[in-house]
Amino acid sequence: MSILDIRDLTVDIGRPLVKGLSVQLDAGRIHGLAGESGSGKTLTAMSVLGLLPRHARTGGSIRLGGTELLGLGRRALNRIRGKRIAMVFQDPSASLHPQIPVGRQLTDHMRVHLGLRGAAARRRAVELLERVQVPNPDEALRRYPHQFSGGQRQRIAIACALACDPEVLLADEPTTALDVTVQAGILTLLRELADERQIAVLLVTHDLGVMSAIADVVTVMKDGRVVEHADRETLFRDPQHEYTRQLLAALPGSRIEGGDDHDA
Amino acid sequence: MTHETVLDAQGIVVRYPGNPPVVAVNDVSLQVHAGETVALVGESGSGKSSLARAAVGIEKLAGGTARFLDGEVTPLRVRRRPKHLTGIQMVFQDPSTSLNPRRRIGEQIADGIATARARGAEGSRVEEWLEKVGLPTASVSKFPHQFSGGQKQRIAIARALAARPQLLVADEPISALDASTQTSVAALMRDLVKEAGAGMLFISHDLAVVQRIADRTFVMFGGRVLESGPTAQLWADPQHPYTQALLAAIPEPDGAGRIPSAPSAAERAIWADIPAVQR
Amino acid sequence: MSPREPRMPGRLRLRWPRAWRTPLGIIGSVIAAAWIIVAFTAQWWVPFEPNAQALPRLQAPGVDTLLGTDGNGRDIFSRLMTGATVTIPLALTLVVAALVIGAVIGALAGYFGGWVDETLMRITDLFMAFPTVILAMVVAASLGPSLFNAVIAAVVVSWPQYSRVTRSIVLSLRNQNYVIAGRLLGHSPARTLLVDILPNVAGPLLVLATLDIGAAILLLSGLSFLGLGAQPPTPEWGSMISAAMQNFDAWWLGVFPGLAILTVVLAFNFLGDALRDILDPTAEVTHEKQTELVASSGGGA
Repeated sequence: MSILDIRDLTVDIGRPLVKGLSVQLDAGRIHGLAGESGSGKTLTAMSVLGLLPRHARTGGSIRLGGTELLGLGRRALNRIRGKRIAMVFQDPSASLHPQIPVGRQLTDHMRVHLGLRGAAARRRAVELLERVQVPNPDEALRRYPHQFSGGQRQRIAIACALACDPEVLLADEPTTALDVTVQAGILTLLRELADERQIAVLLVTHDLGVMSAIADVVTVMKDGRVVEHADRETLFRDPQHEYTRQLLAALPGSRIEGGDDHDA
Repeated sequence: MTHETVLDAQGIVVRYPGNPPVVAVNDVSLQVHAGETVALVGESGSGKSSLARAAVGIEKLAGGTARFLDGEVTPLRVRRRPKHLTGIQMVFQDPSTSLNPRRRIGEQIADGIATARARGAEGSRVEEWLEKVGLPTASVSKFPHQFSGGQKQRIAIARALAARPQLLVADEPISALDASTQTSVAALMRDLVKEAGAGMLFISHDLAVVQRIADRTFVMFGGRVLESGPTAQLWADPQHPYTQALLAAIPEPDGAGRIPSAPSAAERAIWADIPAVQR
Repeated sequence: MSPREPRMPGRLRLRWPRAWRTPLGIIGSVIAAAWIIVAFTAQWWVPFEPNAQALPRLQAPGVDTLLGTDGNGRDIFSRLMTGATVTIPLALTLVVAALVIGAVIGALAGYFGGWVDETLMRITDLFMAFPTVILAMVVAASLGPSLFNAVIAAVVVSWPQYSRVTRSIVLSLRNQNYVIAGRLLGHSPARTLLVDILPNVAGPLLVLATLDIGAAILLLSGLSFLGLGAQPPTPEWGSMISAAMQNFDAWWLGVFPGLAILTVVLAFNFLGDALRDILDPTAEVTHEKQTELVASSGGGA
């Protein structure tokens, strides 16, 4: 049973950038959206949360349970954002407020969506930080984002996203800005959270290595359209579409035919 | 292939002010020879960028020497760069800020050609370079914003190589690009540099790509080189725990759903203490 | 096809058409343009000689004279329009002069740093430390009351702001990758400044200058009002207001010059605001740019 159902999504900003995309997210599964820049993958994630620029035109349907998200009014959208659907972005420094202590960033979310205050909110904040494995959570509440490393900031951002028990988590290039030894930890965390809390995760990334590590199902996009859709194993071992093969072949560790590093 | 030493860096130390001061590069030595590509690999905070910038003269040296061909690399000051040092060129990480947004790219590549001529090296035509980097010759009259990130990076590469450098320093040139173009751009750089008989110092955090193009690799962590040697050997038989951890952390795009192992805090703590392995 | 194809080939890319998208920008541009046209053509179409004392004195606005006459029998309307030919070109000139002086000083300070920076900035600070109007008054008074000297005084107090803005922009641009790339290619400091840095300084400076025209007009009129600028019989709005104080009942003597100053200053302020919104890189909400940013987000290639 899909939690988030995107059907024939079109996004037009001056020109059509997403041209009919259909994707279903299931609870507890990580759905990868792969593609290069300009493929429309990030726009897709943004349209779920209504984060497109004002002059963007959308078509099709995005349903969360029974609610249609496209065209939803601002107030209704704000009730959903952060509470039922949360998002984690590429740059951990940009998604956390630099001048508000980490604890308050977490409890603010809870105050707005769950009505939790004071000690109860703080307790939950500590639990969340523990779950994302930020060391010394009690002390961490008082500190500011710049006092943490990039990997820890991303963990905090994930904690903020989880603060209100969302049903859906959108992750836009969550590890692209992180070191490879830190990336592994974040990927493990995302996988565990999806399994534990049965969250439906939409993982947007151009990095097929990351896809291969944690995605259950992968949709490949090119120029705003779906080019291939398969479960992870099938996609990597036996890609059907020419574009998917090209993407895989271009990787340095590639086993696909045609991976010639002398391409100019 | 001549084995002329293009860059000879000895005992480089780079410090940034602070309380206490941060030692970004702590006594690192390396050499780059004509015709070879040397990779400098490391994660954020390893000092690889600082080292590269110090070698070029953009960053202040707190200790050690950097020699280019027969002379010393003088810091890039307000005065015009001495002609012989224009034989060192750089490609930067961010393609959007490497080109002047208000000038046509043809003019900017022509700048590189002019630099080569001024130094007595061979001139060339802008169109030649556009072809070499795989861009249509009609691009000459366009402005940077009309190109994608990967294309801008190719333009930056063309400009740098048009100046006929003996040493090309590339500071994370592919990090801002899509995974699908990273390898091809890196390979392009390697090929063009080799064709020109120049040496390249290639900085990256991506061991997988570097493995395809570098002759020798230096692995940096915490301002020091922990392991170095011919790339193939490093890849096949890493000796230092940090190098091993780096290699183990690379996700394999094989569809197996295996998450690479993350080094534990305990393992991280001892990397800096284990002596370096130089091959 | 790129939606952001520059209109003028070369360095300065101003997106004029977009100024017409904000209502205030349109109003400002239209009124400013109207006054500029008046400033350069008034001498050919004003109904009466501005300095001829031929009409009945202190006539209220009516059929014969659109805006009335003053205590010397001169037509207010003609004097008002001619006043534009006096004030506006001078205000434009003084802003350009202040901008050039300030920008050169600021660019040198920002680019060379060190003692050059220290010296030039302390000089800038010195001038900025004085209250603008008072310093202008002192300079004008010591040079002798005349319109020319008032302009000099105004330039003296106006240049420091350009110096500071230019310096801060140059400081930030100095470390941009493309500037460094140019230095590595062996470009001279002059070339780096002119080709790589200055074109990117022009935008913000233009906005500042447009907003400053209003202040310049106020300053010139103010000095003339105090008798330190335009001397009789030159029809200048500030002096006209000053003369109006002697005939308080004849409201038209002061109200119309006052309205003229008001409309010109407001017009240039609106225009400057519109320009700033257009050229401000951080508040970029222009249509095409957002499309570019959104469409290429997600990794960069």
